[in-house]
Amino acid sequence: MRFPDLFRFAWQVLAGHRARTALILLAMGIGVAAVVTVSAIGEGARRYVVEQFGSLGTNLVIILPGRSETAGAMPGVLVGKTPRELTLDDALALKRSPAVLRFAPLIVGAGDVRLGSRNRETPVLGTTAEFIQVRQMDLARGVFLPAGDPRHSQPVCVIGATVAAELFGAQPALGQWLRIGDRRFRVIGVLARQGESLGFNTDEIVIIPLAAAQALFNTEALFRVLIEAKSRERVPEATADIEEIIRLRHEGERDITVITQDAVLETFDRILRALTLAVGGIAAISLAVAGILIMNVMLISVTQRRKEIGLLKAIGATGAQVRAIFFTEAIILALGAAALGLFVGKLGELAIGQAFPLIPFAAPWWALVAASLTAVITSVLFTVAPARRAAALDPVVALSRR
Amino acid sequence: MIRLTGIARVFRVGDEEVHALRGINLAIEQGEYLSIMGPSGSGKSTLLNVLGLLDRPNAGRYELNGRDVTHLSDDELARVRRETIGFIFQSFHLVPRLTAGQNIELPMVLAGLAPAERRRRLDRLLADYGLTARADHRPAQLSGGQCQRVAIARAMAMGPTLILADEPTGNLDRHTGQEVMAVLERVHQDGGTVAVVTHDPEIGARARRRLRLIDGEIAEDKR
Ligand SMILES: Nc1ncnc2c1ncn2[C@@H]1O[C@H](COP(=O)(O)OP(=O)(O)OP(=O)(O)O)[C@@H](O)[C@H]1O
Ligand SMILES: [Mg+2]
Repeated sequence: MRFPDLFRFAWQVLAGHRARTALILLAMGIGVAAVVTVSAIGEGARRYVVEQFGSLGTNLVIILPGRSETAGAMPGVLVGKTPRELTLDDALALKRSPAVLRFAPLIVGAGDVRLGSRNRETPVLGTTAEFIQVRQMDLARGVFLPAGDPRHSQPVCVIGATVAAELFGAQPALGQWLRIGDRRFRVIGVLARQGESLGFNTDEIVIIPLAAAQALFNTEALFRVLIEAKSRERVPEATADIEEIIRLRHEGERDITVITQDAVLETFDRILRALTLAVGGIAAISLAVAGILIMNVMLISVTQRRKEIGLLKAIGATGAQVRAIFFTEAIILALGAAALGLFVGKLGELAIGQAFPLIPFAAPWWALVAASLTAVITSVLFTVAPARRAAALDPVVALSRR
Repeated sequence: MIRLTGIARVFRVGDEEVHALRGINLAIEQGEYLSIMGPSGSGKSTLLNVLGLLDRPNAGRYELNGRDVTHLSDDELARVRRETIGFIFQSFHLVPRLTAGQNIELPMVLAGLAPAERRRRLDRLLADYGLTARADHRPAQLSGGQCQRVAIARAMAMGPTLILADEPTGNLDRHTGQEVMAVLERVHQDGGTVAVVTHDPEIGARARRRLRLIDGEIAEDKR
């Protein structure tokens, strides 16, 4: 039997049983669509996170006090005793590494920012002039913190766009004085609006010189040090240098955690990929359910078409040909369902994309291939039993009215 | 052409054994036209099914065109049926969703003939059996006589040498039955071997050779 004839024969069967065909297409299509949509959500989450970290800058190395158990993961679980503090002198010593381009020490606290009667609680960042280059941020107006010895400071600040709008409204902010805690700062710059990054809204912060922050929060301990390596290739070298420099300064203790973007990205990437795979797999189970439906429908079909099968055998069809007819039907159904499911799944993806425009939902290609393949394979597997039964029919019995 | 020796067919129904055929010895030459008659349950259909390789005898030997076909595999039997045997049934057994043309084409499709060759043969068959105008009709839109002509055309599609008909006129009125018999007899005149099972003595009498089965045995073999 030639393939086009086989296809046409199976097609005529499917076209002749519209309700049955529609039912199977629906059941399988839903399964495929579920896999597509669910994996689009997983992949969207992954890409969202990757983009968020990507906005940090690829040459970035972050050090924080305390050693985290798992390298690359976010710090949290610290081993052993309370870690030694990370100080400005530690940070300044990092300049010795030839792989380090620039760095910015960081102190973070919550400050009560006041202007006349207006007042607002905001995160306050104490850092140095190089912070703006390390974080690749832009200014809307004015200048950033002045360069100079980080141990001494001027009473100046740079404010986020939202802070500026809330405190000053339409008035110009530059040159105005505001109060943070019991200290006064002159506004010398306003950050360009750039929204959320790593769950940290830079539109809502106030940046002051490091020494001022040390005094304001009464601490020497750095929250973090951001370091920019000379190039992406030199990030590992910078990381090694940093570890070694701090270890020597901390009497041989490895008590800091070094985070590189690549390591963090890789971890998130792995976790979210695994998650996508898992939920996609769960959605694929609905395909197995559809497979059972196919088997039942096919078994009924064998009973209904006993006479036809008997006739085919009487006029010379071999068992293999009878099986091929059933498998062709199953494959056409699966392909049709896959096409339908991919289409509906893509629609679902678009709909979620409309609802959450920030997240780049897109089903990965491997999910599309896997969903279609799963549909075809389950369909074929669940047709084995009905096809066998059809091929084994005794033509005399099948043709008789008994 | 056909040589049956000691063919027996036993059906087991529960604990009982039904002897549908008992030691049939029969030789049929190429081009013969024979009718098989006998009371209901005498084994006529069973004999035809054995002759048509649809059913396997429990004992005996079957030679078809000089070849022992008693122990061929299912697939080999299917191939022999396709190439050399044409079946005609009392209830036509047309595939209802296919048109008359597609029904006639079916054996050629199963045999894997090229579409052009199929088309050529189909046009000839449609013309031969007066169905050209009905080629695109479905069985439900055809009369019984037309359905049986489609079935005969289908049986003839692969150019078989042996045509087996089990009560081909059983579902037709007298007049249409005569017509269908005339069509079958034309096949015989063209050199085909034709065996017809019938209950109608008038139709049985048209054959040159007349078998009578009683209780699974050949009771009469008239020429
Ligand atoms: N599949 C079967 N299982 C059990 N018994 C069967 C089977 N097929 C036929 N028989 C029995 O074998 C005997 C012969 O049956 P067969 O169909 O050959 O008779 P027949 O001569 O064609 O009868 P009719 O004129 O009614 O068609 C009958 O007794 C029948 O009951
Ligand atoms: Mg019978």
